[in-house]
Amino acid sequence: MLYRESGQFKKTYSADMQVFPLREDRTGIAVILFIAAVVIPLTGSNFFLSTVMIPFLVFALAAMGLNIVTGYTGLISLGTGAFMGVGAYACYKLTTYFPDVPIVIWILASGVFSAAIGALFGLPSLRIKGFYLAVATLAAQFFLEWCFVRIPWLFNYNASGAIEVPTRWIAGIPVTGPNATPMTRYYVILFIVVLMTWIASNVLHGRIGRSFMAVRDMDIAAELMGIRLLRTKLLAFAMSSFYCGVAGATMMFLWYGGGEASDAFNINQSFIILFMVIIGGLGSLIGCFFGAALLHIIPVMLKFGLPAIGIPLAGATAEHITYLLVGGLIILFLILEPHGLARLWQIGKQKLRTWPFPY
Amino acid sequence: MAETSTLSPGEIMLKVENVSLRFGGVKAITDVSFDIQKGEIRAIIGPNGAGKTSMLNVINGFYHPQDGTITYKGATRAKMKPYVAASQGIARTFQNVALFKGMSTLDNIMVGRTLKMKSNFFWQVFRHGPAMTEEIAHRRHVEEIIDFLEIEHIRKVPVGKLPYGLQKRVELGRALAMEPELLLLDEPMAGMNLEEKEDMCRFILDVKEQYGTTIALIEHDMGVVMDLSDRVVVLEYGRKIADGTPDEVKANQAVIDAYLGVAH
Repeated sequence: MLYRESGQFKKTYSADMQVFPLREDRTGIAVILFIAAVVIPLTGSNFFLSTVMIPFLVFALAAMGLNIVTGYTGLISLGTGAFMGVGAYACYKLTTYFPDVPIVIWILASGVFSAAIGALFGLPSLRIKGFYLAVATLAAQFFLEWCFVRIPWLFNYNASGAIEVPTRWIAGIPVTGPNATPMTRYYVILFIVVLMTWIASNVLHGRIGRSFMAVRDMDIAAELMGIRLLRTKLLAFAMSSFYCGVAGATMMFLWYGGGEASDAFNINQSFIILFMVIIGGLGSLIGCFFGAALLHIIPVMLKFGLPAIGIPLAGATAEHITYLLVGGLIILFLILEPHGLARLWQIGKQKLRTWPFPY
Repeated sequence: MAETSTLSPGEIMLKVENVSLRFGGVKAITDVSFDIQKGEIRAIIGPNGAGKTSMLNVINGFYHPQDGTITYKGATRAKMKPYVAASQGIARTFQNVALFKGMSTLDNIMVGRTLKMKSNFFWQVFRHGPAMTEEIAHRRHVEEIIDFLEIEHIRKVPVGKLPYGLQKRVELGRALAMEPELLLLDEPMAGMNLEEKEDMCRFILDVKEQYGTTIALIEHDMGVVMDLSDRVVVLEYGRKIADGTPDEVKANQAVIDAYLGVAH
């Protein structure tokens, strides 16, 4: 009864072309935004914010990036971790040279650098597809990882060989570095994620998004419709890497705060984000959030949740169980619902619309 | 509809001269010449493997013939990419439906409008201003096509879920959305039942009547071909064996031999 479209007539094309045509959906989004912006910061502990929410949003952003190129344009990329790294190091260099510019601007600008690198490594995509493209992007992953370790200029010749996140203030409040409170960092990343999700949704619902999907579904027909394959694929790679780059920068500056930086952008990261996209749902923005939530929250629950209810679990065991669970989940999803959690969500909504009737 | 065309009906729109196409040692097309006049329905027929689809692929720039020239609207074309053909007003449908399966009917047809859409990335990001005005204008045009093809009820259904006959119709819609001057139809009626065929024939005739589109048609159903087309070209083993009005072609001995076989 709560979720019905009856009585909502669309009288103009613009009303029909809204991203959320149903009033119930729009209310739902408003409620989620309210919870994210008001309820969670007020009720969540610092631990919850910095261990659950901030990483969740970082992963959601990275998954969105990968989903643009893999889910929407149909090009498999295994270089996500490296592209995130490019964003993080670009942000580090930018804020080193221009420390007075607000860090949020540099986090967003660092995406431009990874977009350029991403487009460069996307060039082979015109000629090769599928597994072969995956291998080509794997080359990007290894090459860039090598750069992160071997080019000391990137990490300002630190003795640790890693990014050491400096403290940066916006309007007198520390946003990054050891003095920044989880609440501030949460708000900054929430702002970035909401903004970039909105932009992604706009682009993917318009001409550009349609040409991405046309290339994914039938590239020959797309070309005969006047879509230029190389340009579209490179745009997809650039946009995807932009999102990954920003995700990498937020990861380093708002979540990790330096420290274990050297292995944050390795091949494992690429795979985990690919799993998030597959489990969440290829070609769906909301799926990125589902996938990120599931894959990030399972490990956190095992690590901190089980000891809290009295089941002692060593850190290493929790990690192993996580791997088992994630592997099992991926196999389950590939067999039962290849379109991921997003499709389940859609089916659920459809059922709700016609409830109590089956169809 | 054809805003750039200066041709009047009956003038030669596309001229294929002495075209040969080889794939290694396989000769797909050998020394074929014919023309297509503005405003006509031109059928290309022939037994399986005669080179009909290869001919269409040559016309829209997908294959590059080794010999011969193609003159489109008075300009002899050099080697070119398919998207150039698209921008010159050549659209086509495919023998095995080549729709964008994950997208809705509406989005599929909207993709056909891509070349007409001009708004830049900046406005696309905000989905406002020029980008939105443009979306709405093209949506209106697409709705006209949906109306014309009587597919209103499947507007928002992903095309992968549609039955075959409807998919063929959506594919025609997608080609029409490009406002083509020359429309290439590759077996638009393959695998359809009688009723669906009749519908499709009606749409093809209506397209010619309403939009003045020139149509090149490959079809195996001889009844359809003879009824619809103004002129027919017959290929066999990559060579042209006959060319003329349906009645002339029907009476041609070489055509009869090609279809029925010759006693040895």
